[in-house]
Amino acid sequence: MTTTVARATAAAVPAGGPPAGRRRRNLDQWAAWGFLLPITAYLLVFYAYPLFRNVDLSLRNYTVRSFVQGDAPFTGLANYGTVLSDPTFLPALVHTAVFTGASIAFQYTIGLALAVFFRQHFRLSATLRAMFLVPWLLPLIVSASTWSWMFNSDSGIINTALGLVGLGPVNWLTSPQWSLASVTIANIWIGIPFNLVILYSGLQTIPASLYEAAALDGASAWQQFWRVTFPLLRPVSAITLLLGLIYTLKVFDVIWIMTRGGPTDSSTTFATWSYRLGFGTLLPSFGPAAAVGNLLVVTALVFGLVYIRFQRRLVTS
Amino acid sequence: MKWKTGIALLLTAIMLFPVYWMLNVSFTREQDMRKSPPNLFPLHGTLDGYRAALTEQVPYLGTSVVIALGTVVLTVALSAPAGYALAKLRPRGAGVLSFLLLAAQMVPGIIMAMGFYAIYLDLGLLQSAAGLIVADSTIAVPFGVFIFAALMSTIPDELLQAARTDGASRLRTFWSIVLPMSRNGVVTVSVFAFLWAWSDFVFASTLDNGGAHEPITLGIYHYIGNNNQQWNAIMATAVFASIPAAAILVLAQRYVAAGVTAGAVKD
Repeated sequence: MTTTVARATAAAVPAGGPPAGRRRRNLDQWAAWGFLLPITAYLLVFYAYPLFRNVDLSLRNYTVRSFVQGDAPFTGLANYGTVLSDPTFLPALVHTAVFTGASIAFQYTIGLALAVFFRQHFRLSATLRAMFLVPWLLPLIVSASTWSWMFNSDSGIINTALGLVGLGPVNWLTSPQWSLASVTIANIWIGIPFNLVILYSGLQTIPASLYEAAALDGASAWQQFWRVTFPLLRPVSAITLLLGLIYTLKVFDVIWIMTRGGPTDSSTTFATWSYRLGFGTLLPSFGPAAAVGNLLVVTALVFGLVYIRFQRRLVTS
Repeated sequence: MKWKTGIALLLTAIMLFPVYWMLNVSFTREQDMRKSPPNLFPLHGTLDGYRAALTEQVPYLGTSVVIALGTVVLTVALSAPAGYALAKLRPRGAGVLSFLLLAAQMVPGIIMAMGFYAIYLDLGLLQSAAGLIVADSTIAVPFGVFIFAALMSTIPDELLQAARTDGASRLRTFWSIVLPMSRNGVVTVSVFAFLWAWSDFVFASTLDNGGAHEPITLGIYHYIGNNNQQWNAIMATAVFASIPAAAILVLAQRYVAAGVTAGAVKD
């Protein structure tokens, strides 16, 4: 309401000579919020309201019929109880932790190694570094279906390559032992470019004179990395890892397209579990699906707050 | 220095092997598809996969173009004015708004999808292009505001002050001075909004599944589900779906690197 008035006022104010002090500041405020009106309305309608609906879903006992009619009975935290005592809960928790942990550990390590390597000047260095962006730019459905075919038990190139060195064949996507590893490998591949780009730009901020001094003192390349590069890169590393964590927690496409969380929950994470409950079966259970989703939101937001605090400290210091 | 270029070429080849494999499979004949070991090069290359993809997938591609362009327009229209206000007009409550935008970026898409599903069901917006455009824009709008705010804060205050003195309203100043000076931001935000909307699978599969106009991500998804045998056609479709990524890499690469870092590291 008040913002609507603000916009009308801002529009009605004639452009003219600068008015005096306080009125001027007030006008600036009205104008500023006039420009912010669309985004504020948008945040309320398209972020806050869907999130509210999601919380509401998780607190009611929805069936397909009551979902359409909107008269589902309020059941408090019953859906959360259902979810917590579900036999899928513990595996999903472990898989989410393993998938996220392994993904960001490998993405970061490989990304950092590549960033250090590409920091040296050699021919084609910029062009090849740009080529590394490709996995990140491709639609996830493209990457996931390509990896699916590469992981195919009978005709996949990966089992062919393993066969050449006398290993395998491995049922990558169809055996419970390997499905989580398979989707993690694909996800690491997708995430390397992001880590490479951010860490590379972080390396650019380390002054070359430090390396020259270290080299004069007789430090080897290995020592230079551990004594200069790694400590000075720590803030950027922390941001990269935190963002990687938040983004990986919500990964859903890759897993769903490659394995649908299976076989028998062996690659199910919170994100795919929530989707399966809500959309993956003929009899959707929206309440529990929303409950799982909300647990995921809370986890993501906790790490998000850590990230925001950390970034503020970086900016102010 | 030569050996470093050699190593870099080798690393790039390893990294891009899946992309090569997608191309290779897209040209492979149906009868060679299950061969063991598979052909490393499309020796008996065929365009059958592309023919099938062209006859069956073009409508999906068209839908994706419309939805991605719609998302670009909506995202820029919403985030450019907001970026201007945050960067130059010092509104009270700017900190809270930035904080909310940052938090909004961290909400998993699948949760947003569930909320949108409930709302669209009431409004009858399921399986509509407009509904999908709005949902897709939520991926890019917070990012857009940050990019515009960062860029517009580098415009000198004196310039805007001069425009005010000449009698230009704030709306006029924004339209005729700030926006033209933020062309790079418009490109960066548009590139990412397009790419994210084009690649979206979560919103498409929840809000648009079974609709008359489905985007290419669903086209590929149905393909995988329906005919497991025709992998050359699936991979040919995947090649089509990769065209925007390739185009952006060639034409707008510097905007991509700038966008990735601006989203994460402030200098």
